[in-house]
Amino acid sequence: MVAELGHFALILALFVATLQSVIPLWGAQTGRDWARDLAAPTAVAQFLCVAFSFGALTYVYLISDFSVQNVAENSHSLKPLLYKISGVWGNHEGSLLLWVSILALFGFLVSVFGRDLPPGLKSRTLSVQAMISVGFLLFMLFTSNPFLRLFPVPLEGNDLNPLLQDPGLAIHPPFLYLGYVGCSISFSFAVAALIEGKVDAAWARWVRPWTLLAWTFLTAGIALGSWWAYYELGWGGFWYWDPVENASFMPWLSATALLHSAIVVEKRDTLKSWTILLAIVTFSLSLIGTFLVRSGVLNSVHAFANDPERGVFILLLLVVAIGGSFALYAWRAPDMKGGGMFRPISREGALVLNNLLLSAAAATVFLGTLYPLFLEVAGGDKVSVGPPYFNATFVPLMIPLLIALGIGPFLSWKRGDLFGVIQRMRFVFLITVVVSILAGVAVWGRDAYALVGLAVATWLALATIAEMMKRAGWPKAGLTGTWRRLWKLPRAAWGMSIAHLGVALIVAGATGASMLTLEVVNSTRQGDVIEIADYEITFEGVREVQGPNYAAVQGVYTARKDDKTIWQLFPEKRRYFATGRETTEAAIESNLWSDLYVVISGDGTNGAYVTRVYHKPLVPWLWLGCALLIVGGFMSLSDRRLRVGAPKRSQAKGNMMSPSPTQAAE
Amino acid sequence: MSMSRARTRKRARMTVVFAGLAMLGVSVALALLAFEDNIVFFYGPTEIVEQGVEPGQNFRLGGLVKEDSVGLANDGVTNLFIVTDNNANVEVAFKGILPDLFREGQGIVALGALNNEGRFIASEVLAKHDENYMPPEAVEAMKRAGTWKHTQEEGN
Repeated sequence: MVAELGHFALILALFVATLQSVIPLWGAQTGRDWARDLAAPTAVAQFLCVAFSFGALTYVYLISDFSVQNVAENSHSLKPLLYKISGVWGNHEGSLLLWVSILALFGFLVSVFGRDLPPGLKSRTLSVQAMISVGFLLFMLFTSNPFLRLFPVPLEGNDLNPLLQDPGLAIHPPFLYLGYVGCSISFSFAVAALIEGKVDAAWARWVRPWTLLAWTFLTAGIALGSWWAYYELGWGGFWYWDPVENASFMPWLSATALLHSAIVVEKRDTLKSWTILLAIVTFSLSLIGTFLVRSGVLNSVHAFANDPERGVFILLLLVVAIGGSFALYAWRAPDMKGGGMFRPISREGALVLNNLLLSAAAATVFLGTLYPLFLEVAGGDKVSVGPPYFNATFVPLMIPLLIALGIGPFLSWKRGDLFGVIQRMRFVFLITVVVSILAGVAVWGRDAYALVGLAVATWLALATIAEMMKRAGWPKAGLTGTWRRLWKLPRAAWGMSIAHLGVALIVAGATGASMLTLEVVNSTRQGDVIEIADYEITFEGVREVQGPNYAAVQGVYTARKDDKTIWQLFPEKRRYFATGRETTEAAIESNLWSDLYVVISGDGTNGAYVTRVYHKPLVPWLWLGCALLIVGGFMSLSDRRLRVGAPKRSQAKGNMMSPSPTQAAE
Repeated sequence: MSMSRARTRKRARMTVVFAGLAMLGVSVALALLAFEDNIVFFYGPTEIVEQGVEPGQNFRLGGLVKEDSVGLANDGVTNLFIVTDNNANVEVAFKGILPDLFREGQGIVALGALNNEGRFIASEVLAKHDENYMPPEAVEAMKRAGTWKHTQEEGN
């Protein structure tokens, strides 16, 4: 019964979304206020329907109702509560329901928090948002209904893939989708602005927080996925340039560019049509990512051709959404007037450089991800494009970006003084050189590229701190004065600096993970010792452990440094009851400078197990850096919320269609 | 005045456009250079045996793990097994921990190169996260060898 209600709510949501996508837009275009103002209530209604449907699916998972096919295929009565819930989105149909729910959630948020939005922009935005909803609801109802019943009803479910039974991965999809789908809001804002034919500072002020919110979630989602891959897959890698990863990374690159270009629109009223284009491209990349992951096209072009229903549907959605928005862009964008001028050497110029490099990086990732597909579709060779390609294209684009990222925030708007800035940064440069020499001694003979990575990371970190100090009045204000003013800086400034510091840490961590890792693989018997870096790791033997829905062989290892026991490590090899699948659980210990990573495998013939040990310098910084990006995002967001209140006053009830000119002034 | 302002604006725009084009050129050049060196081709056992592949050239090998072929070398950590497409066989050596779903009779993909003795030294072995799933490369290898049976499930 609950399943049928959920299905019904989904159908209802489709009707509401259809109304929402047509009537408010028509009302806004023809000046019928009653129709235009339907946008907010329909957005709320659509969200309630979809949320009910999502709740219904969660409920049938919680009570393990195996008469629902989706539950039977992906759940098990013994599964812990957390994974019963995460099982809801651990499969195709459920993850689409999550996607649609978040789409509706963002529409809901705009209708609630956007009370002060210019009504024309608001209703058009919500209409465009509803059009996307209609597409995905149709897709779900026709090809991927999660509420299908199963007869005869099985006694037990098939269980969720054990690799996915992990706290990190349980919350990874919701965050990723909040990011992916969050990009839909900037897209809807952009399309609404194109329909309306007006982009101004006020528009950018509305778009920025939403983009920032989506970007922060996307960052969190990608970081969680990467973290999961690091500790769960047992290979010690954090990024594989796998097409599924790239599918989320391309929108991230583009959203990062959008975030920065929206600043220029807001502060300087220029780069408007480029920003609109970026907003469209970002969501298009999200859609393409969804298509790549959801259509099965990555597993095999043939699998796609054999079961074309889903793939063709998404492809159609893709063509309509991307083609439609680009056509609209080509038609309306030329009318947009450019605003303030700037010299190439200026804050705007630096942000343009940021945008160019990020877009170029997104383009090379796009090319590398899709090239094998194109080739296969064209009947050519079967090839794969692996990490070497991405390292050879992505890294050379990032190095100038990171160097410029240190300088950019020092430049003033309109016209910057590069020579003056470089002079001011001479201490940063000097310290970078010193630190690089020290790092060079530490990693001597390991990898020359590692030194480049560490030097760039040091440069960026120091430059970011120096910029923060300068902003707080250093050196004129003196040490105490600077310190006091530092805490009074706007949160957006803090957010920017924290995020840029995060980037520096990520660069250092990625350098350590990919170029400075040590690895030992040995066959070990009880009492055997493995030496790695400064550690001695003793294999003390194995023991049997029971989990809620698995049994495991657990290895016991003792790590010593300078004859002192530092850690005990317990890697596991698990076997899940329901499926008989095995998973490897790595044991990781960290001292914030480096990780020690131990994996056990083998069946213990003659008491011998295979032990793989990694020493991974700086990897903890990678996760710390990701955390800083997220903290920076929210910090900046908390500032925006205060400032978003500004248009409130000028939004009088009367002149709805055109915001007052005071609003455009900063 | 408005004329000169417009001209400056035009010049500023041209700078941005040129910078953009230059960047585009650089990234395309980077991509092409990288493609040249880093595209990894795929071969099945039959192709390797019949046409031969240069030792040392990196490629992806796909096929089934032959029944009763999995063993350990004397060092206790190097896995030895045979990858087959039911027509030709290739010996594979892989030092390290095999993926959790590595089984005899399962489809796998391995990345690596042949050594001078014609043994495939794998740097990476992939078996997917699902037992019903056959890696497309394994299917492709059997198709190329003509031993693919259509009763087998394709894709996942």
